[in-house]
Amino acid sequence: MSERPTYTLKGDTGDWEIVLGLEVHAQVSSNAKLFSGASTTFGAEPNQNVSLVDAAMPGMLPVINKFCVEQAVRTGLGLNAQINKVSRFDRKNYFYPDLPQGYQISQFEHPIVGEGVIEVDVEPSHGDPAYAFPVRIERLHLEQDAGKSIHDMDPTATYVDLNRSGVALMEIVSKPDIRTPLEAAAYVKKLKAIVVALGTCDGDMEKGNLRADVNVSVCKPGAYEKFRETGDFGHLGTRCEIKNMNSFRFIQAAIEFEAQRQIEIIEGGGTVDQETRLYDPDKGETRSMRSKEDAHDYRYFPDPDLLPLEIDDAFIEGIRVNLPELPDQKRARFESEYGLSRYDAGVLTADAESADFYETVAKGRDPKLAANWVSQELFGYLNKAELDLSQTPVSAVQLGGLIDLIRDEVISGKIAKDVFQRMIDGEGDPADIVEKHGLKQVTDTGAIEAIIDEVIAANPEQAAAVKEKPKSMGWFVGQVMKASSGKANPQAVNKILREKLGL
Amino acid sequence: MSELTKLTLTDALDGLGKGEFSSVELTQAFVDTIEASNDALNAYVVKTPDQALAMAKESDARRAAGNAGRLDGAPLGVKDLYCTKGVRTTACSNILGEFTPTYESTVTQNLWDEGAVMLGKLNMDEFAMGSSNETSRFGPPSNPWRRGGSNATLTAGGSSGGSATAVASDLCLAATASDTGGSIRQPAAFTGTVGIKPTYGRASRYGMVAFASSLDQAGPIAKTVSDAALLTEIMCSHDAKDSTSLNVETPNWLADVGKGVKGMKIGVPKEYRVDGMPQEIEDLWQTGIKWLKSMGAEIVDVSLPHTKYALPAYYIVAPAEASSNLARYDGMRYGARVDGNDLTGTYEGTRAGGFGAEVQRRLMIGTYVLSSGYYDAYYLRAQKVRTRILQDFETVFADVDALLTPTCPSAAFAYGEKTDDPVQMYLNDIFTVTANLAGLPGISVPAGVDNDGLPLGLQVIGKALDEATCFQVAGALEEAAGFVAKPDKWW
Repeated sequence: MSERPTYTLKGDTGDWEIVLGLEVHAQVSSNAKLFSGASTTFGAEPNQNVSLVDAAMPGMLPVINKFCVEQAVRTGLGLNAQINKVSRFDRKNYFYPDLPQGYQISQFEHPIVGEGVIEVDVEPSHGDPAYAFPVRIERLHLEQDAGKSIHDMDPTATYVDLNRSGVALMEIVSKPDIRTPLEAAAYVKKLKAIVVALGTCDGDMEKGNLRADVNVSVCKPGAYEKFRETGDFGHLGTRCEIKNMNSFRFIQAAIEFEAQRQIEIIEGGGTVDQETRLYDPDKGETRSMRSKEDAHDYRYFPDPDLLPLEIDDAFIEGIRVNLPELPDQKRARFESEYGLSRYDAGVLTADAESADFYETVAKGRDPKLAANWVSQELFGYLNKAELDLSQTPVSAVQLGGLIDLIRDEVISGKIAKDVFQRMIDGEGDPADIVEKHGLKQVTDTGAIEAIIDEVIAANPEQAAAVKEKPKSMGWFVGQVMKASSGKANPQAVNKILREKLGL
Repeated sequence: MSELTKLTLTDALDGLGKGEFSSVELTQAFVDTIEASNDALNAYVVKTPDQALAMAKESDARRAAGNAGRLDGAPLGVKDLYCTKGVRTTACSNILGEFTPTYESTVTQNLWDEGAVMLGKLNMDEFAMGSSNETSRFGPPSNPWRRGGSNATLTAGGSSGGSATAVASDLCLAATASDTGGSIRQPAAFTGTVGIKPTYGRASRYGMVAFASSLDQAGPIAKTVSDAALLTEIMCSHDAKDSTSLNVETPNWLADVGKGVKGMKIGVPKEYRVDGMPQEIEDLWQTGIKWLKSMGAEIVDVSLPHTKYALPAYYIVAPAEASSNLARYDGMRYGARVDGNDLTGTYEGTRAGGFGAEVQRRLMIGTYVLSSGYYDAYYLRAQKVRTRILQDFETVFADVDALLTPTCPSAAFAYGEKTDDPVQMYLNDIFTVTANLAGLPGISVPAGVDNDGLPLGLQVIGKALDEATCFQVAGALEEAAGFVAKPDKWW
C-alpha cells in the first residue's frame, strides 16, 4: 500500500489543509421502533406506522427494543469499539411539529459504544495510488428519529408524517482523522460496507437510511500535527457542520466547496463562524442553516422514564460469536485464498454484493483472471454507465461462462472482449454469442498455415526484411489475425509464422 | 339507601358478598348522592352514571355466576390524571381540551379487572401541580370539613383534592389518587382519610398523565387503612409497558393491617420539627408516639440531616422533569390549540392559553434549571441532594422499621390563604416530599383534630418495598386514634 498523500489547497497566502470529522446516522435494521412496537416498514401510508407512544399521547411511556440494542452492540463490535455495559438515555428537548414528545430520546453523556477504529481504503485518484488509513471512532449511540414535515403539499399548511417518528438510529461519530474529500467518501463507504455486512443497517442512502453530517475546518500545514500531539482543538480552524448528506458525490463536492469558502473568508481578513450549513446540490454550494447563536439549548437530562441500559458479558459474547465475516476479514481472505493484491481484494470486498459476485465468478476458475474480468471489465463498464451492480446486464454465471471459453481456448482473450460487449448489449450467454457470430477460435493448423502462406506470398519484401529484423514479425501476426477475422489461435499463428519465416 | 354510601370499601364488599344489597343498588346510591352533592363539593369533573350502572349490572351478573373479583361491584372515583378509555381525561388542564383517550391506564385497568365500578373522574390540581387543588381548570373542590363556627370553604389539599373530597363526603367508596410530592398524603390528612403512596415503581405509570416521572406514583385515598391496603394491592402490578415498574410480587397487605407494632422500632426524625409548626401538630405527634409505645413499639430518636434540602431539591427536580414531560402539549395532535400567525405563534398561543399560571411557573423553573450553564448548579446538585436524602433514610432504616412524622405542618387552610405566595404553598409539602425523593412508601392516617375540629394526619414512612410495615403501623395508629369524626353535612 502506498503512503497517505498530503492534500493541500492553494490559497493567496499559501497552502491550506482540511480537517474533517463525520457524524453518520444509520437507521437500525429492525422491524419495530426503538421504544415502541410500531412497524418500521418503508413506504407505508402516512401516519400508519404510529403507536400511541410515537404520537406522544398523554401517559405513554417508552420501552427499549432489545433487538435495537443488539444491533448497536453488533455494530460496535464491527467497528472494533468498546462496548459500554452501562449506558443511559437522555432527552434532547426542542419543539417541532414532527417531534411529538417535544424531545428526542438520545444518548448524550453515556453512549452504548465507545472508542474504536476502522481501516479505510481509498481508491486511486488523480494519479495518486490507492492507500489505506485508520479512522478512530469516538462513539456510537442510539437515538430516535423524528417524523417528517412536508411543506410543499399546501401553500399555507405543513403536513406531518410520523411514520419515522421513533425509528431507531445509530449515530456514529468519528474523530477528526479524515483529511480529504475522497477520504470522507471512502470512510462513509467503509462504514456502509460494515453495517451492511453486519445486517445492522441496510445502507440505503437514497432512502436516507444512511446519511452523514460533515464537520469541515481548514488549517495551515503543520497545525493538524500539533493538534494530534496535544489534543488541543485550538490548533485547528473553526468548523462548520454540513448536515444530512446522502450521496458520496455530494459529500465530496460539499467539502470542496466549504473548504474553499472558509479559506476565502480567512484570507479576506474575516473569521469563520461556527454554524450548521446545508449543501445545495443544484447550486453546488453550502448555505447557512443556523448559527451558533441560534443554536438550541437542548436542555439534555437523563430520561426519567427509562432506567440505565445495562448489558452483561454474556449478551455481548452471544453477539460476538455470531458476527458475520466483516469486509476487512473478507479482504484478507481474498488476498490469501485467491492471491489477489490488497487493492483488488479491497475493490472486490467493498460491499457484500461485489464480493458474492466475484466469488461466484471465481469458483473453480483462475481467481486472478476472474478478478480482472469482474473489477476491470465489468465494474469499469458499470462505473462508466453509472449503474449499480444490482443493475448489471451480465450475470456472474454468464461472466464465468465467458472465462471458461477463454480457458478452454474456444475464444481468445481479445475475442472475449468482443463477446463481453455483446453480453452487455443483451445478446445473452457467451457460448450462444460465439456460436451465433462464428467467433470460435481457429486452432486447425492447416487452415492457419494456408492463411500464413497467403500473407507471406502477398508480402515478399516484408518476408525478406523480417529476417534482418525479427521484432517486426508482429506485423505479420497482425495481418494473419486480420485475415482470420481475429479467430486464429494467436499461439498457433506465432509458432507457424516463426517456422515459415525461418526465424 | 344513602346509608350505603357511608360504608367502608371492605364492608361494602362484605355486604355485596353476603347479598345484602346489589352493586346496582350501591352504585345507584352513589350516583344519587353525587347528583345531589357534587355541585357544592365539585369533587367530580366528569360523572359517568350510565357507565357506572352498566358496570354494576355486569358485576351483579358476575357475582351471581360466582365469578366475582376482589373489588366486584365497588363504586370508585378516578383521579382525572388516569387515562380512561372513552372518558374525557384532561388532568384538569385546559390544554387537553376535550381529550378522550382510546386507551386505559394500567392502574385503572387493574381495578376494572377486579370488577370495580367507575363513578367518574375526580378533580385535581392542573397536571397535579399544587397543594390546594386551586389550579384546576374546573375550580377547586370544597373540603367537607369546616372550622368550628366558620363558613369559610377550606381546601381539601392537593393535588388529589377531588379524590380526598369524594372519599370524605361519601361520594365514592374509595378513589385513585397520585403522589409526586405529597399529593395523596396531604389531601388525606386534610380530609380525615387514609392515603398511601407506595414505593416508587410498585404501580405502573402507564396511562397516567405525567408530571414528574421519577417522583409520580399511584396510590389510593380511602376511608380506612384496610380499604387502602386492599386497593393498593390491586392497583400495584409489574407492567412491561412502564420501564420503571418494579418486577416484584405484590403481597397481601390487607392481612398486615391488624398485626400490631409489638417489638417494632419506630424512628422519630428530629428534623421534622420545624419552626412555626402549630403546637397541635407537635402534640398529635407526641400522642402518636405514646400510642405506639403503649402498643409495644420501641421509639428511637433518629436524624435525617439532609431533610432541609429536600424541598428545594424537589422544586428543582419536579419542575425540570415537568418542563420536558409537558412539551408534548403543543396543540399539534390533540387537545386545545390556539392558532397563531406562524408556528411559534401557535406554540405560544396554545401553551400560554392552555396552561394555568402555576403550571407555567413550574415549566419556566424547570426550563431554567435544565438550561446550559445552570444544569450543574441546579439539576445536578438537586440529584446529588436526592442521593444524600436516600442515604439518610438507608442509614436510619438499618436501625428502625419505620418512621413516624406529622403528614403536614398545618391543618386544611382556606382558599386564598396561601395562593398569593407560592413558597408558602410549597412549604406544605415539607414532610411528604422526602418519601418521593427517596422513592419510599408513605402513608397518612387520620389521628385527631385540631382546636377548630379539623382532621390532622400522622405519616408513616417505610423502607423501600416494605408497605407491609406501613400498613401495620398505620393500622395500629388507626386503632389507637379511633378516629370516627365526620364532617357536619353543610352541602
